[in-house]
Amino acid sequence: MSEQTSVPSAQPVSPVTPPESTHDNDQRGSVLSRILGSGAGRNLGLIIALGVLFAIGAITAGERFSNVDNILTIIRFASIIGVLSIGMTFVIIGGGIDLSVGSVMGLGSVVATLSVVQSLAEQTSWLVMVVVAIAVGLVAGIVNGIVVSYGNVVAFMATLAMLVAARGLAEILSNRTTQIVRSQDFIEFFRSNFLGVPVLIWIFVIVAALGWVLLNRTTFGRRTVAIGGNREAARLAGLKVRKHTVYLYALSGLTSGIAAVMILGRTTAGTSTHGALYELDAIAAVVVGGTLLIGGRGTIVGTVFGVLIFATLTNVFTQNNLNTSVQAVAKGVIIVLAVLLQQRFAARKKR
Amino acid sequence: MCYVSPVIKDDQLVPLLEARAITKSFGAVRALKGVDLSIAPGEVHVILGQNGAGKSTLIKLLAGVHAPDGGEILWQGQPVSIQNPVAALDLGIATMYQELDVVDGLSIAENIFLGHEISTGGFTRIRHVHRRTKELLTRLGHGDLSPAREVGSLSPANKQIVSMARALSRDTKLIIMDEPSAVLDSEEVKNLFRVVGELTSAGIAVIYISHRLEEIRQIGDRISVIKDGASTAVGLSVADTPTSELIRLMTGRELANVFPPAVPVPADSPVVLEVSGLGVRGIFDGVDLTVRAGEVVGLAGLVGSGRSEILEAIYGALKPTSGSVRVSGTILKPGSVRDAVDHHMGLSPEERKSQGLLLDEPIYQNVTLSSFARFARFSFLNPGAERAVAREQIEALELRPSDPDRAAGTLSGGNQQKILLARWLVHGTKVLLLDEPTRGVDVGARAEIYSLVRRLSAAGTAILIVSSEIEEVLGLADRVLVVAEGRILATAPASELTEHAVLDMVMEGSAA
Repeated sequence: MSEQTSVPSAQPVSPVTPPESTHDNDQRGSVLSRILGSGAGRNLGLIIALGVLFAIGAITAGERFSNVDNILTIIRFASIIGVLSIGMTFVIIGGGIDLSVGSVMGLGSVVATLSVVQSLAEQTSWLVMVVVAIAVGLVAGIVNGIVVSYGNVVAFMATLAMLVAARGLAEILSNRTTQIVRSQDFIEFFRSNFLGVPVLIWIFVIVAALGWVLLNRTTFGRRTVAIGGNREAARLAGLKVRKHTVYLYALSGLTSGIAAVMILGRTTAGTSTHGALYELDAIAAVVVGGTLLIGGRGTIVGTVFGVLIFATLTNVFTQNNLNTSVQAVAKGVIIVLAVLLQQRFAARKKR
Repeated sequence: MCYVSPVIKDDQLVPLLEARAITKSFGAVRALKGVDLSIAPGEVHVILGQNGAGKSTLIKLLAGVHAPDGGEILWQGQPVSIQNPVAALDLGIATMYQELDVVDGLSIAENIFLGHEISTGGFTRIRHVHRRTKELLTRLGHGDLSPAREVGSLSPANKQIVSMARALSRDTKLIIMDEPSAVLDSEEVKNLFRVVGELTSAGIAVIYISHRLEEIRQIGDRISVIKDGASTAVGLSVADTPTSELIRLMTGRELANVFPPAVPVPADSPVVLEVSGLGVRGIFDGVDLTVRAGEVVGLAGLVGSGRSEILEAIYGALKPTSGSVRVSGTILKPGSVRDAVDHHMGLSPEERKSQGLLLDEPIYQNVTLSSFARFARFSFLNPGAERAVAREQIEALELRPSDPDRAAGTLSGGNQQKILLARWLVHGTKVLLLDEPTRGVDVGARAEIYSLVRRLSAAGTAILIVSSEIEEVLGLADRVLVVAEGRILATAPASELTEHAVLDMVMEGSAA
């Protein structure tokens, strides 16, 4: 070590903004090459998979598949799982798992359509139902988070317990009946289009965009990656690991609540069976999208691709009148293939 | 005591293993640019080189993990190609990696015969296997270990014994040991050397890799040095080569004044860290210590003496059951790392990789891990400011590579250690706790870390340091606390202590 180097300062470094332009342009290149270099590069496998599915759809079903309405149908179909998957992405990157998203969504749909809530909504505004569904999701998520974080229960078991309990509670509350949404305003809002695109799709787009910002641009996202990447290092660096873990499950609960509102909008009824097995679809989409199940690494863009791939697959099969069993087998194959492709590209990028 | 096995002088003897002009590239990185090696049967051959010199790559080529791009490997005079790890084992080459490859959930016997189980018609012959295991363990001086014991419950030292027994269970002619002493205390190192002596007297050759020059003197017969992927010396005699020459071969420069001279602590310097009556039930008890601004205090003791736990309890990473910790007079919340960090305390943990770093994340994010929120505006990150501050530290600490976007996991041990120091410099620390700051750090980088510690203390930081190497504690600290069995035995200025005196105290303390 040479003698000339300055004594490192022991004082806190003040958060002064440096001249960004001088430092960053040479390192990171143009915006375009950055997008190609990181996002698209990492997601190349997913783009190819989606492209292949589209090609198959266009060849086998022709015009029935390749028209704007059908594309919107695919995305609309994807939107509910998509919203769940955004929350799931955060939980998995943070080193956890949330198996309860589907049944919490079902519970949210039931509670929001209880006749007490619907009466209140009729007296005031249908937004009451939205607030109630989201609140149910949030509460369930916070309970998950506290049990996992402060109770030291393995996330798999804690959220499995929530899955079972929330489903049971939804059955008790609804008496296993289907509760029709009475508010026509509610139904109309969620059936409507904005700029030619269904509201459900807009919700998915907004949630995904907010998720992307949260993960990539905020301290919340940085903490999530740090805790998922090395929990002990994060703790020893002074991060509030437990509190943040609660926030992660609360976020997943929040997206479950939003998904509950969306399924009410799509089906116009609340029932305890809503969202059954959605947790598996969400996890599959997240993992196929390149998020590591052990945490520390993952992208929102990848998750969105993962969701679209499964939705397109379902659509292609439906258009060709193939039954759901064949579809399930293909889904399994796709999961393995996509993960294999993903690993290939990840390995190549490392070199 | 002498652990040196008979030096092989017979030049007529065919070398057990010979490597000629070995090259290996990973993508654009040329890891090995021409390495030669010649190992005689029954010798302890030391391979020296700084981190990143290519030692690990060379080992992996010999162990069949990677294939060389060029050059040839001769085994007992015959050219061979070691295609995979099984081929290496079949030749008689066994490797003990730094991260021991034992299976924690299996018994000692099951581990030893993993991959070549002794069985009749698919049924393991447990009694036979246990008898063989006992024989092997006895040969290694550990006949007291039960073959049925689960490996997960063993100390790192005993796991090494299991790994060696596994090598012996096959017809092994060469054992490669990658820094076996890194996880051992001095007693255990002695036993390791005894075992190595045992192996070589049975005609087995050992390739020994270590950063600790004094060990090499004790155990090695011949030395080969690698620098930047190329051989700078092949087969030097340990006895005839002075240390300064070895360091020159490794670093290309002379080593002068490894420990920079101590700066006297001003008499009026305030006490920053004050620990009183601190204890964690069952581990340590009644620890009192103070560190003044600008002072370096060292904890010397064996592995398992409680020295790391003392640091962790002061930091709040381990919840104390008694006593208190004050920073500049303020009592810290017991068991709260957050509170310690908020009061400008920082810890550089013992296990850099598993406790300190986000290996996949860029250098700058590791540097700002404790302070990124300070650079953010309304919770929105400011990576530009983070990179800028990381660059300042990279420059001040001479961190290499200097690109703040490189993943921390790709750096050498010394540079990873610098990231941790940079983290606390950026956060602003009054009290810095250093646990094994030079473990796995090569000689050149060590000197840099020592001089950094000095500069920090000269700038007024109170530093508490723990190291397995007593020499390091004595060389760096102003004051030394000797720890054994969870108690502080003695406190003395470092200048009044010798390595011998400290060891004496520690051993008696352990015996009591």
